[in-house]
Amino acid sequence: MANDGSSLADLCIAAAAEAFRGDGEILASGIGVGPRLAASLAWRTHSPDLMMTDSESVLVSEPVPLGPRDGYQPKVEGWMPFRRVFDILWAGRRHAMTSPTQIDRFGNINISFIGDPKKPKVQLLGARGIPGNTINHTCSFFVPSHTPRTFVDKVDMASGVGYDDSRWDEGTRRDLMELRLVVSNLAVMDFKGDRHRMRIVSTHPGVTVDQVQAQTSFELAVADDVGETPAPTAEQIAILEQLDPHGQRASAVSA
Amino acid sequence: MNKRMSAADVIAQIEDGMTIGIGGWGARRKPMALVRELVRSPRKDLTVVCYGGPDAGMLCAAGKVRKLVYGFVSLDVIALEAHFRKARQSGQIETMELDEGMLQWGLRAAAYRLPFLPVRAGLATDIQRLNPSLETVRSPYADGETLLAMPALSLDVALVHVDNADERGNGQVLGPDPYFDDLYCAAATKSFLSCERILPTEELGQQGCVHTLLLDRGLIDGVVEAPFGAHPTSCSPRYGIDAEHLRTYSAAAKEDSGWGDYRAKFIDVDDSEYVKAVGGSARIESIAHTIF
Repeated sequence: MANDGSSLADLCIAAAAEAFRGDGEILASGIGVGPRLAASLAWRTHSPDLMMTDSESVLVSEPVPLGPRDGYQPKVEGWMPFRRVFDILWAGRRHAMTSPTQIDRFGNINISFIGDPKKPKVQLLGARGIPGNTINHTCSFFVPSHTPRTFVDKVDMASGVGYDDSRWDEGTRRDLMELRLVVSNLAVMDFKGDRHRMRIVSTHPGVTVDQVQAQTSFELAVADDVGETPAPTAEQIAILEQLDPHGQRASAVSA
Repeated sequence: MNKRMSAADVIAQIEDGMTIGIGGWGARRKPMALVRELVRSPRKDLTVVCYGGPDAGMLCAAGKVRKLVYGFVSLDVIALEAHFRKARQSGQIETMELDEGMLQWGLRAAAYRLPFLPVRAGLATDIQRLNPSLETVRSPYADGETLLAMPALSLDVALVHVDNADERGNGQVLGPDPYFDDLYCAAATKSFLSCERILPTEELGQQGCVHTLLLDRGLIDGVVEAPFGAHPTSCSPRYGIDAEHLRTYSAAAKEDSGWGDYRAKFIDVDDSEYVKAVGGSARIESIAHTIF
């Protein structure tokens, strides 16, 4: 890894923070440790207009550090119970980053179940808000473990929409959705391959394009100028220390 | 007007095969005292509509559920609900898995006496494939957009838990999120609330601002005073999610005798025995609020 001592998690989080760049005054929802830190880091560095919640029911005027608060009081600026989250997301004023169990080449993700719908081998959470999120506003994904089992040829259930033309009926609006970025523990990807196929933008230090492809069950497109994911800066690392004082990000990605 | 009743009175109004909506969200402000009474009852073949937590899990474990209509089932502090998973992975229940927004939209359609409400959520996903009864509708206006027609989720009975209520059925939520309890009640033929305390009407206004008065009495058919009636889920601000108890509950799904043992200790008991079994009222009131 980078010899400045930064961890792979910091690198992935810094890369994922780029997903929110330029989003303006919309609700940035990072669900889970990696995504939440990514949105928080974006807020603290390049995108301070983003709106964020305490991950429960209020809007806060600065990102809330993860874990036990040791006296820190969230700085409340508004009310955002679940019912208002639907108001904001159906209006498109949101960018959510989540961690799917499976993702395919067109960005359809699965968080529902593995196996037979009537008697699944593994029951997961259920679709949650993913169908509505993915069709209404920008979504990005943070995948802690890039393997052929997570980057699959076909998801067992499409909990969210993707760019697969065959899944869209005539007359449905496709212009409201955008799948922007996928950050895994191996690489950064977008959907700017042909037909919006998933495409490698950069690989993390020490990882080759071939290695990423070998851990992926479908053929990835590769950007012409594919490069190395930049190491986090000293400033980014210092901010992550503040946002994650208990070091929860240590387990945010697989080594 | 006095709608005070017991949990048993509420459950006596539920019939086999009915559709029951349960308020709250995950492991937050679930009407668990009413759910436990339902588990103790002989009722069966229920369709249960919820943003699921231990309510869904317990009713599945007790064999009460024919069909579960849900956006998710989670214990919040434990991501996956072990008893629900067990029921699913053994093919025990029918399901209607929905987007979270579709679920509230279906309740709203029922509340407004509409057959459906149009929505984009669910289109171009497997929500449609798994629920072939869901139809689309074409906008009659110039845009001609194809939308999903979310059918009304009409409930026979809604069960919710709030902080305070008066005996006429006015319900007060002091926590930061009303969830969708008012919609569940509006979507139901009959609605019952349990509450931490029944207070004289004039005292409700002293407990919180007017925005906390979520449920109007016209929605509510019965009021049950059930202190700690949301435990082991949270009833903010009074008590948080009991993660320790939920771990005990969750572990019960691992062994064949687990559910029976859990049930004997925590469900087939009266309310005061329950509070004692989970550590007493002082312990419940000291449960810290989860930091999400």
